Amino acid sequence: MTPTTLDYLLWGALPYVVLAILIGGTIWRYRYDRFGWTTRSSQLYESRLLRIASPVFHFGLLVVVIGHVVGLLIPETWTDAVGITDDMYHVTALSLGAIAGVTTLGGIALLIYRRRTNGPVFSATTVNDKVMYLVLVAAILAGLTTTLLSAVAGLTGGHEVDYRETVSPWFRSIFILQPDVTAMTAASGAFKLHALIGLTLFALFPFTRLVHAFSAPVWYLFRPYVVYRTRGREPTPASRPIRRGWT
Amino acid sequence: MAQRIGKVMAQVAMVMNLDKCIGCHTCSVTCKQAWTNRGGVEYVWFNNVETRPGQGYPRQHEDQDRWQGGWKRTAAGRLKPRAGGRLKRLATIFANPKMPSIQDYYEPWTYDYEHLVSAPLGDDIPGARPRSLITGDPMQIEWSANWDDDLAGGEELGSQDPIVKKIGDKVKFEYEQSFMFYLPRICEHCLNPSCVASCPSGAMYKRAEDGIVLVDQDKCRGWRMCVTGCPYKKVYFNHKTGKAEKCTLCYPRVEVGMPTVCSETCVGRLRYLGVILYDVERVGKAAAVKDERDLYEAQLDVFLDPDDPDVQAAALRDGIPQRWIESAQRSPIHMLAKRFRVALPLHPEYRTMPMVWYIPPLSPVVDALSETGHDGEDADNLFAAVDTLRIPIEYLAELFTAGDTEPVKAVLNRLAAMRAHMRRLNLGDTPDETIAEAVGLTGRDIEQMYRLLALAKYDDRYVIPTAYGVDEADRGVIDEIGCSLDFEGGPGMGGPFGEASGTPQPASVETFHALRDRQTSDDAAGAARRFNLLNWDGNGRPPGLFPARDQKHSSARDQKHSSARDQKHSPERDQQVRNEEAK
Repeated sequence: MTPTTLDYLLWGALPYVVLAILIGGTIWRYRYDRFGWTTRSSQLYESRLLRIASPVFHFGLLVVVIGHVVGLLIPETWTDAVGITDDMYHVTALSLGAIAGVTTLGGIALLIYRRRTNGPVFSATTVNDKVMYLVLVAAILAGLTTTLLSAVAGLTGGHEVDYRETVSPWFRSIFILQPDVTAMTAASGAFKLHALIGLTLFALFPFTRLVHAFSAPVWYLFRPYVVYRTRGREPTPASRPIRRGWT
Repeated sequence: MAQRIGKVMAQVAMVMNLDKCIGCHTCSVTCKQAWTNRGGVEYVWFNNVETRPGQGYPRQHEDQDRWQGGWKRTAAGRLKPRAGGRLKRLATIFANPKMPSIQDYYEPWTYDYEHLVSAPLGDDIPGARPRSLITGDPMQIEWSANWDDDLAGGEELGSQDPIVKKIGDKVKFEYEQSFMFYLPRICEHCLNPSCVASCPSGAMYKRAEDGIVLVDQDKCRGWRMCVTGCPYKKVYFNHKTGKAEKCTLCYPRVEVGMPTVCSETCVGRLRYLGVILYDVERVGKAAAVKDERDLYEAQLDVFLDPDDPDVQAAALRDGIPQRWIESAQRSPIHMLAKRFRVALPLHPEYRTMPMVWYIPPLSPVVDALSETGHDGEDADNLFAAVDTLRIPIEYLAELFTAGDTEPVKAVLNRLAAMRAHMRRLNLGDTPDETIAEAVGLTGRDIEQMYRLLALAKYDDRYVIPTAYGVDEADRGVIDEIGCSLDFEGGPGMGGPFGEASGTPQPASVETFHALRDRQTSDDAAGAARRFNLLNWDGNGRPPGLFPARDQKHSSARDQKHSSARDQKHSPERDQQVRNEEAK
């Protein structure tokens, strides 16, 4: 399949626009709105449902993210080299992916149900949040669809287009600034849709509450418990800032 | 020779004399007006006054089996946050399992005042129904920050006090036998703060100069672990901004040598503020002593004597300014806690080394003794009565000394001795040194203690050095910047990422103009005075009755425009005012 102009726009140009928005937007948000950079937790209002739904969603999502990293970044030749057959790889990837995806979807469904039915939580929901939820759920649904389609194709013996020969090379090619539009053009419609929604999510990322993911507090593991901060040395009279008044 | 002196640090600490607290809540109200009269913190009281016995605010916060606040001593003798160490915290970061809900504090409300004037004409007098400040819906008020004030609810509510549950039938709720006292609470600004230890982002910190524990609003990411970590439940979650907030010990005031708002406005003058020098290297070991009843003594050992030349040399070595050392020598906190030993820490068993201490209440002991026909101010009678006080010593001991009654008894005996000693002086009898000796003091000590506790002059109660980098000449000068939270990116309202993000907008156009006029006008009353309608005789059109013409159409949207233009008095406007005055 030869790429059309639209393919070049979507898979050749759009990724760079999204990258620019993601990086530039994050920097801008950090400088302009560090105070708004928070999880905006609603646990104070309601904690019974949250205590189940939120960990289910987040841990599911963590597995999904790791799955994406492995699937997109590790080339097929590498796994072949260590002796993992295609079938082994796909069975593991699809089963793990399906479990993680369904868990994530279940978690977010429960979270959205909570958000809609609990009065205080709903009234603390902004338009920004609603748009974000929409795109996030769409991304998860499209991702699960690709997984299911691949699984069905595997079971029925039909040959579904392997994402490791289409989407993954394209994804890696973006970062060496030579986007492999042909590879992505060959991918199936479900993968294309999932990639597009994913790109939308990345573009929205810096402008939503999702930014809290960027401040995952891993550093906590390595710092002493009690934090001291100092205002610096006592300034000498010469370095003391001049204040209003007569002295 | 005493212990080696490690790194010396200074802490601004507080003592409250509970005998003087009348439970008027003035501290709470002025604190709220100063710090938490904003959206998202409607339910938050940085300062609250609890009636004890009572459940406190939030409800039963002292039950650490349930809330898991503070530190725990491990079998190896090390300290670990009770709710779990670093790994457990990160593993439970997606939903804090031990966070109080809004119902554990109380659901804040306002009243539907508009209904009073907008209700249709009818036979019934319109009422103002309570409405939730969380949802905006009409609600039933069932709890508040001081719902059980003055033992309201009696045994039904009072028996739910975690300490009452622990010491059982020592606490009586029958009217004739009941007792109560007030316990004002702020953040303890601990030497070993478990809230700081719980913060995954590292946004909470203890200031090295004055020990004030603060939350960096730009670094806080809303993980809520500090709320759990603090056993006193004095870190709160702002549900609008998604950030933690807490008592700041009014640091903008303390930095320029002024007392906190709660201290300044205290009707009973029961609060004391001063500097304590302490050895930060001893804190960890002291907080981890095996028997929790030793924690009070261990904390006293961490405090350094500012009159000791070695301590002074060590303090200078560690960069503490001379005026802070001199201030520490006059510190009422050092005198009450360490020298006279009449102040006790609140819940030392949490192992956070709290720095707001309390002088326990002596109960109405003199009257009680007089009623039984005894001389109510005789020292021996008083000492004997301390054991049978209406407020059980066991209750006070659970609050202040991890259940050890001896230190509490010693404090109450000293307070009783002060009464007996001072009575002899006031009646012109010969002072009896044996009274003072019986409690391990001298007559002179007792007179000094009396001056500090009973006379309590402003300058004796608040001995606060100006902050490092702030000159003594700046004492009492706070730059008027309007709202202290109105800085760029501060917690103002509005913005695209939720209600409180982005640059703030002024509270209202009216206050915006009023503040600016006041700041830029040449006379005290301000240029654009408003006319007081109550003084109007109905004749003519006095100046200020209507807003000046160029302001009338200004709206929030063109404020930026108009503020630049109005910064100086515009000639047209001055002309207009003069014209109107001429009429």
